Amino acid sequence: MNHPGLPQLIIILIYLGLLLLLGLSSSRLFKGTKEDYQVASHSIGPFLLLMSLFGTTMTAFALVGSSGEAFKEGIGVYGMLASSSGIIHSLCFFLIGVKVWKFARRHKYTTQIEFFRDRLESDFIGLLLFPILVGLVVPYLLIGVISSGTVIQSLTAGLAPNLEMFQAYTPDGNPIIALNGGVPPWLGSLVICVVVLVYVFFGGMRGTTWANTLQTIVFMILGVVTFYVIATRLGGQDGLMANLNALAESVPEEKITRMEMSKTKFFTYLLIPLSVGMFPHLFQHWMTAKSANTFKVPVICHPIFIMIVWVPCVLVGIWATGDLIPAKPPLPSNPNTILPFLVKTQTGKVLGGLLAAGILAAIMSSLDSQFLCIGTIFTNDVLTHYKGKENVTDAQQVLYTRLFIIGIVAITYLLSLGNVKSVFAMGVWCFSGFSALFPIVFAALYWRGLSAAGAISGICAAIVSWSVLFYQALEQDALRTFVLKLPLGGEEYEIMPVVVMLASSLVTMIVVSLVTPKPSEKTLARFF
Amino acid sequence: MTSSTTQKSNGMWIIAALVVLLLILHQDNWFWTDDTLVFGFMPIGLFWHACISIGASLTWALATVIAWPLPDEVDENGDVSSTEEAAS
Repeated sequence: MNHPGLPQLIIILIYLGLLLLLGLSSSRLFKGTKEDYQVASHSIGPFLLLMSLFGTTMTAFALVGSSGEAFKEGIGVYGMLASSSGIIHSLCFFLIGVKVWKFARRHKYTTQIEFFRDRLESDFIGLLLFPILVGLVVPYLLIGVISSGTVIQSLTAGLAPNLEMFQAYTPDGNPIIALNGGVPPWLGSLVICVVVLVYVFFGGMRGTTWANTLQTIVFMILGVVTFYVIATRLGGQDGLMANLNALAESVPEEKITRMEMSKTKFFTYLLIPLSVGMFPHLFQHWMTAKSANTFKVPVICHPIFIMIVWVPCVLVGIWATGDLIPAKPPLPSNPNTILPFLVKTQTGKVLGGLLAAGILAAIMSSLDSQFLCIGTIFTNDVLTHYKGKENVTDAQQVLYTRLFIIGIVAITYLLSLGNVKSVFAMGVWCFSGFSALFPIVFAALYWRGLSAAGAISGICAAIVSWSVLFYQALEQDALRTFVLKLPLGGEEYEIMPVVVMLASSLVTMIVVSLVTPKPSEKTLARFF
Repeated sequence: MTSSTTQKSNGMWIIAALVVLLLILHQDNWFWTDDTLVFGFMPIGLFWHACISIGASLTWALATVIAWPLPDEVDENGDVSSTEEAAS
C-alpha cells in the first residue's frame, strides 16, 4: 500500500464501483416507460432534488477551479462566481423552474424545445434551438471528460513510471514529475465515461439523481475535510484558530482584497449565472420534481451549499500565495492544480485518494445529467417529433434515448482525445451563450406579447453577437481573458461580453415581438 | 381579488426589493481594498460575500412563505384543485 499512487487508485476504483452499484440498484425500480427513464416518473422529493440540482450546477470548477482562481485573483472570485450564483441560481429556480414545472406537468413536456414549440406555435424554433443547445453543452461535456483524465493522472502519479504508456513528458522530452507514472488521461477519461454511461444507461434519471446525491455528499464533505487538514499542516500552530490566523497573516495584501480586480467586470459577471435558466439538463431535472413545493428546499439551501463548498476552497487558494507554503517542492505553474498539489504534498495518500474521488464526483455529477439530457433531446425533439408520437412506442423511445446516450458518450470521448486543451477557455463562453438566451425563456413564461418571430430573432441576435465576440476573442488569442472596454468620461471600463449578447437578444426579441403576430388566444389561454 | 392574492402580490414586491438590495450589497465597493481580517483569519471582502450567501438563503426562505408562485393546492399535474379554483 505504500507504493506511490496505489492507495489513490484503489480508493478511486472503490468509489467508481460504489457508483456502479448504486446505478444498477436504481435500475431495479425502473418501470420501463419513457417518462420513468427520462424524468423518474416525476417522483423526486425535496432532498434528492436539492442534491441533484446542486451537484449538476457544481462542476470540478467548484473544487479545483475555485482554489486555482483564488490563487490567481484573490478573494474576489467568491463574489464574482459564488455569492452571485447563490442569488441568481435560486432566482432562476424560483421564477423559471417552478413555472415551467407547472406547464410541463400539465402539457407533458420533458424538454425545453417541447415547451417552446407549444408555447409559440412554432416548429422552426425547435430546429433552431436544437443545434444551439447541443453545441453549447458539448464543450461543457468535454471539459468534464478531459478534467477527469487529468485529475486521475495527477493523483496517481508515481504508480507505474516504468510503463511506457504511463510516462508523461514535456514537449522537450523531460519527465513531468507531477504526472509521470500516473494513469494516462485517455484511460482515466475512458473509465469515467464508461462508469457514467453504465449508470445513466441502466438507471436513467433515477440512477442519475441517486448518483448525483451520493456524489454531492462526497464532494461537500471531502472539501471541508481537506480544508481542515491543509490548514492544520500549513499553519504549524496548535489549534485550528491559531492555524487559520497564522495562514491569513501570511497572505499578500492583493489577495485578501480586490485591489487588482475591475469593479465593472465584477458587476457584469452577475449576468453569467442567468445561464442556469436555460441549461437543458437543469430543465430536465426540474421536471423530476414530485410537486411544486419540492422546489422550496433547493431554492433555500442552494446559496448556503455554494458557500460551504467555495469558502474553504477560496481560503486554501489564497493561502497558497502566502509565505507559509514550503519552498520545496515548488508550486505548479497551472493554478488549477494548486489544490491537488497541496493535497498531495500536505496530506496523506488516503486523503489524496478521497479528494480524487471528491473531484471526480463533482465532474461526474454534471456529466451524467448532460449525457441523459442530450439523449433525451435527440429522442423527443428530433426522432419522435418528426416520426410522429403515434409511430414510436414507449419502449422504443427508451431504447432510442439509450442508443443516443451511447453515441454522445462515444463522440465526446473521441473528441476529448484530440488536441482540445483550449476547450477550458470555452467554459465562460458556454455560460454566456446560455445567459444570452435567458430573456427568451423569461418572456415565454411572463409576457403574453412574445411572438414566435420575436423569440426566433432574439435567439439569432444572441448567437450572432456571441459569434462576433467569440471571433474577436480568438483573433486576440484571449478566449479566457476577453473583456469589452467601455469608454466613459475619459476612462475605460471593463465589461463582460455577456452584457452585449444579452442586451442584443433582449432588445431584438422585444422589438420584433411588438410588430409580429402573437400566438392564438387558444394557446395563450393555456399559459396565462 | 382575494386577500391571499393581495398578500402574495405584496410578498412578491417584498422579495423583489430584497433581491435588488442583495444585488446592490453584492457590489461592495466599500470593502474593495479593505484588508481587515474578521475573526483574525477571514478577509472582510470574503466574509461580506459569505454573509450575502446567507442573506440570499434567508431571502429565498422568506419567498417560499410569502411569495411562492404557485398555490399549495397545485396538484401533481400542475393544475389547481377545484376547491381553490372555486375560492378564487
